[in-house]
Amino acid sequence: MTARASFGRHAAAVMAALMLLVAVPPAMAVQPDEVLADPLLEERARDISAGLRCVVCRNESIDQSNAEIARDLRLLVRERLVAGDSDDDVIAYVVDRYGEYVLMRPTMTGGNILLWLAPLALILAGGGLSLAYIRRRSGAVAPAEAALSPEEEARLQAILKE
Amino acid sequence: MITELGHFALILAFMVSLFQMVVPLVGAHRGNGAWMAVADPAATTQFLLTAFSFAALTWAFVTSDFSLNLVTANSHTDKPMLYKITGVWGNHEGSLLLWVLILTLFGACAAWFGSNLPPTLKARVLAVQSSVAAAFFAFILFTSNPFLRLAMPPMNGQDLNPLLQDPGLAFHPPFLYLGYVGLSMAFSFAVAALIEGRVDAAWGRWVRPWTLAAWVFLTIGIGLGSWWAYYELGWGGFWFWDPVENASLMPWLIAAALLHSAIVVEKREALKSWTILLAILAFGFSLIGTFIVRSGVLTSVHAFANDPERGVYILGILCFFMGGSLFLFALRAGAMEAKGVFSTVSRESGLVLNNLLLAVSTFVVFIGTIWPLVIEMFSDRTVSVGPPFFNMAFTPFALAMAVAMPLGGMLAWKRAKLDRAVMQLMPALILAVAVGLLVWAISTGKSALAPIGVALSVWLVAGSLLDLWSRTGRGAVAGRFARLWRLPRADWGKATAHAGVGLTMFGVATLTGYQLEDIRVANPGQSYQVGAYEVELLVVDQNVQGPNYISTMAHVAIRDRQGRQIALLHPEKRIYPVAGMPTTEAGIDSGWTRDVYLALGDPQPGGGWALRTWIKPFANWIWGGTIIMALGGLLSLSDRRYRVAAGAAKAPGIRANEMPAE
Repeated sequence: MTARASFGRHAAAVMAALMLLVAVPPAMAVQPDEVLADPLLEERARDISAGLRCVVCRNESIDQSNAEIARDLRLLVRERLVAGDSDDDVIAYVVDRYGEYVLMRPTMTGGNILLWLAPLALILAGGGLSLAYIRRRSGAVAPAEAALSPEEEARLQAILKE
Repeated sequence: MITELGHFALILAFMVSLFQMVVPLVGAHRGNGAWMAVADPAATTQFLLTAFSFAALTWAFVTSDFSLNLVTANSHTDKPMLYKITGVWGNHEGSLLLWVLILTLFGACAAWFGSNLPPTLKARVLAVQSSVAAAFFAFILFTSNPFLRLAMPPMNGQDLNPLLQDPGLAFHPPFLYLGYVGLSMAFSFAVAALIEGRVDAAWGRWVRPWTLAAWVFLTIGIGLGSWWAYYELGWGGFWFWDPVENASLMPWLIAAALLHSAIVVEKREALKSWTILLAILAFGFSLIGTFIVRSGVLTSVHAFANDPERGVYILGILCFFMGGSLFLFALRAGAMEAKGVFSTVSRESGLVLNNLLLAVSTFVVFIGTIWPLVIEMFSDRTVSVGPPFFNMAFTPFALAMAVAMPLGGMLAWKRAKLDRAVMQLMPALILAVAVGLLVWAISTGKSALAPIGVALSVWLVAGSLLDLWSRTGRGAVAGRFARLWRLPRADWGKATAHAGVGLTMFGVATLTGYQLEDIRVANPGQSYQVGAYEVELLVVDQNVQGPNYISTMAHVAIRDRQGRQIALLHPEKRIYPVAGMPTTEAGIDSGWTRDVYLALGDPQPGGGWALRTWIKPFANWIWGGTIIMALGGLLSLSDRRYRVAAGAAKAPGIRANEMPAE
């Protein structure tokens, strides 16, 4: 193979890749053809989708994402719902396949318990410290006014006279 | 040539920062006035050199000098001039240069306006500030040099990320940086005070304007970012609990705590060591924010800024400054004896509650943000912590703050009566409960959270007004109105900022509780109903040429119940060929009571276009409230006592009497 032919094929591949990039239009999160006819079922589907992370995206739920895989997952969620699964069944089904990483709300298991307890623990600890501080301040005796140096005292007198 | 001069100026600024970091500090230690005095001209020089360097980089972007690696990677000749300029900080290297530019600007401001500071304190503040600058100059020069040339300049550049080519986001980074970096001043004051071993009321008064200014800038920066997300990301969300958003929220919350606790230091000489700690933490969270954004350790929509190696360097800077200052704090905090005595029910206690809620909520956000890292480090699980967690964990704090804010603000210093404050606020309480019940009654089947949010926002706004009114004393209404205008600006600032919180809360509660959504295939010429509005897709123009993009633009008419057209909206899909990236541009009809929000999707196989329509009630109130909060901060900043502080600084004994009531 000559260098020229290799370059040509290379360039063609790059061009094809570029064309693909430009040709693939951005999808728009939930598409009209995904929407279920039953509004109650659709609302459940939306709620579930909002809690599932799009695995190839940056911190987006499948409900917001434009990615192809998010669309596949949205369709999967709706399929399961139509098949009669409960919300928890659907979520368990997705977690089985993609891992707990997809859950926007971390489970209350194992180490995550610490995360869920953190707000309460912090407010209790902080509240206790604050209360102790306030108690101490309200019981404290104000330092004597004699804390002023003679120089400051003189200045104070001068200002009061003005 | 200009590029080389810019590069050289940056190196010189680094040298000056090293000098300014050492000499004034030694001078202050030895009591050598001349050594202390060099800090002023050094700070000015440092700023001018950095400003020149920044101008040189801007020039390279404006003239599209593609011999610079940075310009090639982030610019293009077809880009509009505005985005050529904002492209300077739309990337890692340039944004860091902006960071140090602002850092040196604050240092210079302290030199220019700090004539009322004791000379040793001023010298130490400027030295500490310069040590932060030196760390960042070194970071830029050794790992992220914006002035690197290309051996073979290309004919054209690779364009800026199209998402960043937007007015909202163009000015979002500078404001955020002004806020982040502004907190470095509070940090420098805290460390200088620790070195000095002395914190008094005057210190509280000096540190507060800087914190207030930083907080105002952060407020504007966060507001701009949220507004941008709302109209640009295509579905009208305003807050995502994204790690990078949290990175800006944490310093904002801590700065809010700090500017309140500084009041206690200033007026009552209590909470001293806590305030010092907050000042250190506030800047610490700014550095953490910079670390999160610049390193990309936490995946987020700000992916354009990622670079793990540089992150390690920022982590090093963070550890050095936090470790050093906290060590110093541990050594010296015991010496900060509190003077003020107050009873359990008092303004002081109210501000302690404020600080408790703000500080704990900051740490909750912090733990949630870094949790995926923590759990990955200690187990083999990979977890996500998304909006559901933050909404559940943060909302109670937000509600508690809203309940306590008007009450705490009404309490008197030293010793107060809670029932008296409640009586004064009774009209606000009644109004809030009535409005909340009304909203709850007309919104059947929805959660109670939205009516509670609405009631609390009424409580906040009405409470702020009553607070202001109660400061006018007794007597005839006309006389009280006259006195209203003579109240100190700090009182007005407080009421305005607190009312702003209420307005934002109102927008958030109504938008999340009552927005309407419609997804459908729209055929040109057919109209349909969404809420109280009739929507008709008129026509879709394809291949509309923009300056550096190609657009698919829909023309959509919005009509009211009577069939009158109230808006013609143009939702778009754009493709930026150079960057190879598509974006969506929503079509929005903004109003006082609602936004009509349109997003255009794909053409459908059977004809027609996918079109999403939202009616978003009171959306603009979210950012309106943000602006009003910032305005409140500015009003407070313009208070007379920050301009006449010089005399007060020399006579610490008499301050409490001449102070405006707050």
